[in-house]
Order: sequence, then structure tokens, then C-alpha cells
Amino acid sequence: MAIALSAITMLVLIVLFIIKEGLPFIFKIGITDFLLSTDWEPAAGKYGIFPMIAGSLWVTLGAILVGVPLGLAGAVFLSEFIPQWAMKTIKPTIELLAGIPSVVYGFIGVMVLAPLIREYLGGPGLSIMAASIILGIMILPTVMSISIDSIKAVPNSYREGAFALGATHWQTIHMVVIPAARSGIIAGIILGLGRAIGETMAVIMVAGNAVKLPNSPLDSVRTLTANIALEMGYATGMHRQALFATGVVLLIIIMLLNYIAMTAIRDRGKKK
Amino acid sequence: MEGDYKFRINNLNVFWGKAQALRSISIDIPANRILGIIGPSGSGKTVFLRSLNRMNDLVPEISVEGRILLDGEDIYHPDVDPVKLRKRVGMVFALPVPLPASIYDNIVFSPSLFRIRDRKKLNHLVETSLTSAFLWDEVKDRLKTSALRLSGGQQQRLCLARVLAMEPEVILLDEPCSGLDPISTAAIEDALGILKKNFTIILVTNNTKQAARVADNTAFFLMSEMIEYGATEQIFTMPRDKRTNDYVTGRFG
Repeated sequence: MAIALSAITMLVLIVLFIIKEGLPFIFKIGITDFLLSTDWEPAAGKYGIFPMIAGSLWVTLGAILVGVPLGLAGAVFLSEFIPQWAMKTIKPTIELLAGIPSVVYGFIGVMVLAPLIREYLGGPGLSIMAASIILGIMILPTVMSISIDSIKAVPNSYREGAFALGATHWQTIHMVVIPAARSGIIAGIILGLGRAIGETMAVIMVAGNAVKLPNSPLDSVRTLTANIALEMGYATGMHRQALFATGVVLLIIIMLLNYIAMTAIRDRGKKK
Repeated sequence: MEGDYKFRINNLNVFWGKAQALRSISIDIPANRILGIIGPSGSGKTVFLRSLNRMNDLVPEISVEGRILLDGEDIYHPDVDPVKLRKRVGMVFALPVPLPASIYDNIVFSPSLFRIRDRKKLNHLVETSLTSAFLWDEVKDRLKTSALRLSGGQQQRLCLARVLAMEPEVILLDEPCSGLDPISTAAIEDALGILKKNFTIILVTNNTKQAARVADNTAFFLMSEMIEYGATEQIFTMPRDKRTNDYVTGRFG
């Protein structure tokens, strides 16, 4: 009980601290200027984080485009087409992917992925695309393992019912199993999304970190997290407060996502 | 003679892992009749039923030997597509399992699998199949509401209607009334009595009285074997085997 309470207290303290450090700054400079201006020049007193918000959203969207189809396809394959014993070895292996330090993913992105993109698709290599692919792989274990759990939780009687009505295996999967597991799958995707938007180290290494609005997936971007991590070391005064304010924006985005995930999970509970 | 029998089953043996679930069952099932299958739990009734539409294929541990002819065709022949077979031989389970969708969508699930898209035809199917299952009057005003909101008895009739919408030739029912109250049970039994004009019905039941009420012929299963098979009247009034007699008179064990 005390430990649980202390965890909650920690969370509250963190949120309060960031808000206390960041919120006054937002009001001082004006919400619209802060969120929608594209000029980020702390030395000149310009604090517009719109390029970073766009960067975070693009990279996250890309990660979803890469990670969700792969994760869902993998989950369907593992839970529907593979004998139970094989799944019991493969699933923990996939979950191990989540344990690889993000800096290692960053290495692979820098050494393998970015040169490949530069060579075959053009641009600087360190780009939205590189970050999306790396993040897509990083969220794979989350999406896949939660999807597997919710597909496995679909009662077998649903499958038999569909088979008995003349459905093929594929029809059963896409007309019965996936709709029945949908809210769990969505929750998995949103948790993956939260991870993608919050990821810092791997993104710093592969996204290029240029502060400008991207025009194509091959352009370099800077995300909100990267912005904080890159500049915190030397920022002082207003600049420092601006980074805390960036943290506030990030926190709000992530909390919104978690709220959506929790609602999705709660709805699943209601249906049964 | 061939045309009069829907199923001809010869020396059917089913193994579940190493255990034998059915021992040399041979039975000819007449078309447009109701066959009742009675017997205690674990006697192989359900496994028998699931052999007839190859639902047993879905359980890797089960192997089936022997010959099952549907209209003279071996349903376990490698050329037979189990999906097409299951369309001809529909099945209603012991526990009603409506899909988590609306009443309407539950009924059109199977027809739409077979590429029936015409709204009029689908609406017609929904009405006729729900009517045949004695459910239409209760749900006609709320076809778009979730099937999970129906009562257990209504859900089971919905599952029957769903199978009827598939327009099968044979309907297998696996203890369809086991969880139902007497009124819902009567509704289903009434439906079966009318449906046999167009379908061959095989009804597995733990309720011997139900078999006596609705079945034309009755088979008695015990410990993986078929002990006796004959006209329902004969099975219930003058069974040849003493075990059948003990079972139908409730003196078993």
C-alpha cells in the first residue's frame, strides 16, 4: 500500500514539477506563439515548437505505419496458424525485443538503415523514414504481444461458430476473430504509439534533428523529446523554461493517448 | 433406396489421441426425418455429430476412419472442400454463440460469405429464417440491436435461424436446449417439427423425453458404441437391448 502510494506520489510530483517549470513560460510567451510558430531560435528569443510537434507526429505516424501492419500480421500468424508449443517459444523471444536498449536500435539505424536510405532513396539518410522504421521495430513487441493476448482471448466457440457457418479460416479471422479482439488490438496500438512518441535516444540518433518543417519522408526532423534532450545540457533562463514547456506539451499528448487506451480497454470489459 | 438416405455411415471409428471416441458406428440416416441421438455424457454423441460436418478437423488430436457418405459422396474424400461441406451440413451448438454483432448481421453472416450481396434477397432471408426459428415476432422491430442482448432462449433460436439462412440440407443440433427453459425448448421443438419438411435433422440430446417427443428415429449411444437404432416408438416402448431399456426408463447405473 505504502509503495503503491509512493509510486502515485512520484507521478504526481513529476507532473507538478514539469507543469510548474513549464506552464508560466507558456503563458508568458502565449500559447499560439509557442505551439504554432515555426521559429525556434532560443538565442534570439524565438520559441516556436511547431516543427517539433510536426516532427513527433510524423515520426510516430510513420512508426505506426511500419509497426502496426507487421505486428498485427505477426500476431494473427502466431496465434492462428502455429502450434501452441511453437508460440510459447516465439512470443517470449519477441517480447525480448522490448529489452534491447534504444541506443542499440539507434546504432543500427545510423550504421545500416540511414546509409541504405541515402544511397537508394536520396536525402540525408537521417530522416523521418529512418526514424519511422526504427521506431516501428521498437513498438513491434508491444503491438504484437498485446494483440496476441487479445486474439487468444477470443472464445474458441466464436471460431467454431463461424466455421460451422461455412467460413474459411481467413474469413473467420477477419470477420470474427479480429473484430472480437479489436479493442484489445487498438489498446496495443495506442500503447505502442505512446512508446513511439516518447522515445528519445534512438530518434535523436536517426532523425537528423533539423529544426524545420519536413516536406518529404526523406527530410530530417527534430521531435519534441529530441529537442529537450539535445538542448537541456546548456540551456539557461528562458531557454531552459522553454524546454520544460516542451515537456508539458509532450506530457499532455502522452496522457491523452493513455486515456484513449484505457477507454478502449474499459469498453472491452463492458461488452462481456 | 439411395435417395431416401441422406447420410450412410459405414464402420466409423474416431480416435481422440490414443483413446477411441467412437467404435465402428454404422448407421443410415433417412432424409427429411429427425434423428434423435441419446446417451449419457461422454458416450461419443457430440464427436459423432462433429464428424458429419468435419468440425473434428479443427482438433488436431482427432482422427477419423471409416466411410461417411452424404448423398452417396464420401465427405472425407481429399477432393471434398470442408467449407462447402459445412455449408450443406449446418450445425447448432449446445451453448448459443451469437457473434458480437447485430441480430441482422448474425443472420446474413453466412449468406454474405457466399457472395450474396443483394439487399432484398438478404432481407428476405432474414425474415424467413427468423420466422422458421419462431423468433421473428420477438425481434422484428430491433434487428439492428446487438444479438448479445437477447435472452439465452432467443440466442439459441437466433443460432438456429443463422444456420437456416445458410440454406443447408442437413442441420446438426448438439443439445440445443440444454440451457433453455421449457418454453424456449418448446419453441425450438415446434420449429424442428416444421423444418423437417425441408431439412434432414440430427438432434443430439441429453433429454430422452425430448427425443421421444420430436425424433422420428432414435439412436442410443453408450461408451463410444451405438447400442441400438430404430424408430423412436420402438426404442422407447420395446427396446431390444437391456441397456437401452435401462437408459430410457431412467434406471441406468
